[in-house]
Amino acid sequence: MKTLSRGGVPLRTTFRINVGLLLVTFLAHVTTTSAQQTQLDSLYILPVQLGEVVVIGAAKKMEHQKQHKPLSTLDEYLEGAQHVNMVKRGAYAWEPVLNNMTSERLTVTIDGMQIFGACTDKMDPVTSYVDVSNLEAAEISSGQRGASFGNAIGGNINLKLENSRFKDKGWYGSFENAFESNNGQRVLGGEVNFARSNFYIDTDVIYRKADNYVAGGGEEVLFSQFEKYNFSVNSGYRVAPGQRILAALIYDEARDVGYPALPMDVSLARAVIASVSWEQDSLGNFTDWETKGYFNTIKHVMDDSQRPEVAIRMDMPGWSDTAGLYSQVFLQKGKHTLQFKIDGYYNRSLAEMTMYPANLEENPMFMLTWPDVRTFNTGLYLEDKLQLGMHTVTLGGRLGFHNNRVADDFGLKSLQIFSPEMEAANSRILKSISAQWHRHLEPFHLYVGGAYGERAPSVSEGYGFYLFNSFDNFDYIGDPNLKTEQAIEGNLKVVFEKSRWTLTAQASIFHMPNYIIGTVAEELSAMTMGASGVKIYENLESAQLINTSFLAECEISKGLKAQAGISWHRGTDSDGGNLPLISPWAYNANLKYQKQGYSATLSVVGNGVQENFNPLYGESQTAAYTVVAASMGKRFFISANDFYVKAGVENLFDARYSTYSDWNNIPRMGRNAFVALSYALN
Amino acid sequence: MKTIKYFSILFLSLLLATSCSEDETESNTTEVDPMLDYTLLKQFENEGNTIEILSKSETLTVGYNELFVRIKDGITGNYVANAQPNWLPVMHMQMMEHSAPFSALSAIETGTVYSGYIVFQMPGNSNEYWDLTLNYKINDVTYSAIERLEVLSPGDGLTRVQTVTGHDDVRYVLALVEPQAPEVAVQGISALLFTMESMMSFPIVPDYTIKIDPRMPSMGNHGSPNNKDLIYNSQARQYEGEVSFTMTGLWRLNLKLLNDKGEVIKGEDITEANPESSLYFEVEF
Repeated sequence: MKTLSRGGVPLRTTFRINVGLLLVTFLAHVTTTSAQQTQLDSLYILPVQLGEVVVIGAAKKMEHQKQHKPLSTLDEYLEGAQHVNMVKRGAYAWEPVLNNMTSERLTVTIDGMQIFGACTDKMDPVTSYVDVSNLEAAEISSGQRGASFGNAIGGNINLKLENSRFKDKGWYGSFENAFESNNGQRVLGGEVNFARSNFYIDTDVIYRKADNYVAGGGEEVLFSQFEKYNFSVNSGYRVAPGQRILAALIYDEARDVGYPALPMDVSLARAVIASVSWEQDSLGNFTDWETKGYFNTIKHVMDDSQRPEVAIRMDMPGWSDTAGLYSQVFLQKGKHTLQFKIDGYYNRSLAEMTMYPANLEENPMFMLTWPDVRTFNTGLYLEDKLQLGMHTVTLGGRLGFHNNRVADDFGLKSLQIFSPEMEAANSRILKSISAQWHRHLEPFHLYVGGAYGERAPSVSEGYGFYLFNSFDNFDYIGDPNLKTEQAIEGNLKVVFEKSRWTLTAQASIFHMPNYIIGTVAEELSAMTMGASGVKIYENLESAQLINTSFLAECEISKGLKAQAGISWHRGTDSDGGNLPLISPWAYNANLKYQKQGYSATLSVVGNGVQENFNPLYGESQTAAYTVVAASMGKRFFISANDFYVKAGVENLFDARYSTYSDWNNIPRMGRNAFVALSYALN
Repeated sequence: MKTIKYFSILFLSLLLATSCSEDETESNTTEVDPMLDYTLLKQFENEGNTIEILSKSETLTVGYNELFVRIKDGITGNYVANAQPNWLPVMHMQMMEHSAPFSALSAIETGTVYSGYIVFQMPGNSNEYWDLTLNYKINDVTYSAIERLEVLSPGDGLTRVQTVTGHDDVRYVLALVEPQAPEVAVQGISALLFTMESMMSFPIVPDYTIKIDPRMPSMGNHGSPNNKDLIYNSQARQYEGEVSFTMTGLWRLNLKLLNDKGEVIKGEDITEANPESSLYFEVEF
């Protein structure tokens, strides 16, 4: 299947507003059906059936017109996706949630590269180390459809970097500027690119600085400021016809990032992400051979020096380094399209905590919260897509080997306090298999899928040492002897398409034996002052997750589109208890107009009352809310150059609200006016 | 070229010099001094013989002190085996005198080194001091030496010994032996328990139980898991258990002493209202 984010013309684009954002989503069925009709850059083959693609693009393509708020953060883009929610601990570095599953059950990759945050408290999801300035799209694959990227249960989010790809355009560039009234966020960005048919180099930079935001009703949310910049270079050289060497480098640094929902802030979060890849159009009978080697390093420093009152001062730095390699080829044979991929990565995760007693005579209290855990993961992925008339069957399988080793003796002895029998290393085999069937029965599309997948415990789940979770107020300790978590997944989607209407109903169910979650260990004494106790990660017998949604879209007239969606979710453990961070029923509706350089959007988004919550996991009931947003834009042509202005208002009625995924129910941003300017030089 | 030549000569001579000196040491001493890594705390003359007191630590401090004694025969110049030494530490206070709990001195494998321990309950000061009487034999002649000792309060101010009166109105001395080098791990803990029979007699108390609850007072009284209460090991004649520390820093090992009938002799449970026990040790690393 192919995606059409670049070059191709999508058959249908659906527009959707969420929390005042308009988002372009290319639904899976769209890309499936249009794939055969479009000429594409040969590498733009996506390995599995996609759940969703969030197009981000940049100024040079003037994608802004389609977006409710250009230059918004990547987090805001992702939040608008159909299947993605975001856990918020402040205004910055939101944690993506896919199918109501968070980081440890997902793989989040950057151009297929594995990368892992360096914060034990999830303050730096992978998505915080890139910016919209260098991204083209976020490809979202639900469940085992993301298995080509790694072992996960919930799915994969692949952040696709943007590049000029040998378009013979010479020098071109753009300048972007945006301002938001609520937190005074100013965004400055620019890019300079040079592209010929045998060489290109793209550079871009973006800088953001925001002060504290103000919640609906006027309350200032302290420690919600942030500052960050991101710089990237992307280059390619065509060695011979059909043979290319590509390289990319991203440098991302955030400083003085406040986390109002947490007891600590971040003084530095820095990532260097580098890759070199080789692409070849054919290799014997095979096509689209791509091999990439990569390395990334992250340093993350938590800081409480700005907080006026803390129980104890502490330093909590963390490091995460990953090196990896993957290679994939495709083979077209009759009705089969086969994909072969081999991949592997090696990660080192280290985090420490030093606490300083009020009595300066006493020694500092030191512990390794991530005891230098080395993870080696390698896997083989195979996929066969079978085209049989009006049927499409996609079969995928992955066999992975996963090894963890505690490299630090201090850390090993620390963990042996809780798990005396543990050994420094442990290995497991991770399996995944999936089958998807698609049938086109005019005017219906029917999708049915089933899958089985496994994942290894995350570093925190396996080896975390007194990781404080401010959500449920417990310290968490990892269990190195956790069993592999499994998931049996079923999904169903029915799409009705006729004249102006598209109706989509879908449901997915995950049954997860050996579901990993922290359970209270009554006998243990809390480490963090004021914490309620200690939880140890354990395998529950199983847990279930159900996600359902219904989406209606209508093209009222040329240039005017309406869309409305509603979704319902449920997560329970084997004893019938509610799982935490499961969305209540949610809805959104929007109206979008785009014609002759003008664009306008009006959107409504809301949640029902959170009926199913679990105080054991620190949840309290979240009230229902509805927020409204509007925006308008105009595109001008000044000689050959493009100038675009967009302005809008979010949370129009200044509602004070928080959602089920707002950490400790911190209130969201109140009324916010924004203006964004783009100037593209061709 | 010349430089290289000079350097090679220099190198060769150095090589020769080092090998010569090695030969010398080997010919002069038949064996490596077993006490090389220990600190010589005290060296004094007694009727022509030289007495050495050594320890792993730099000073004598309040609490448990493992000590090593050697006696050098003034005539032969050799360290004496079979000296059958015994000792008695005495505190000379302004109004009274008392001794301290101590073990017998016994020869360790080399035969000429005698080891034992003394548990000092208090430090000396300008008006009050400890001395040590040491009796030993050389060729069936008994000698007796007496020497003042300087016993200091621990430099880190930590409590490693406590002298308490139990609920049974008996005076006890409880001293921490291990861990000497604590770490973030589960590790062995050992302690010595004596009763104060008289000012001069401190016999070991067997078969009690010492319950342990390690806490970090600076960390909201955070406790550690998987500790094992100390029980009496009749072979080692000490109490042994396990203690875990979840991080570095200052730990207060809250203790509860139970007699052989399970009755509480001293110490209290840790609760919200009672953050510490009156019987405790302190460990910091």
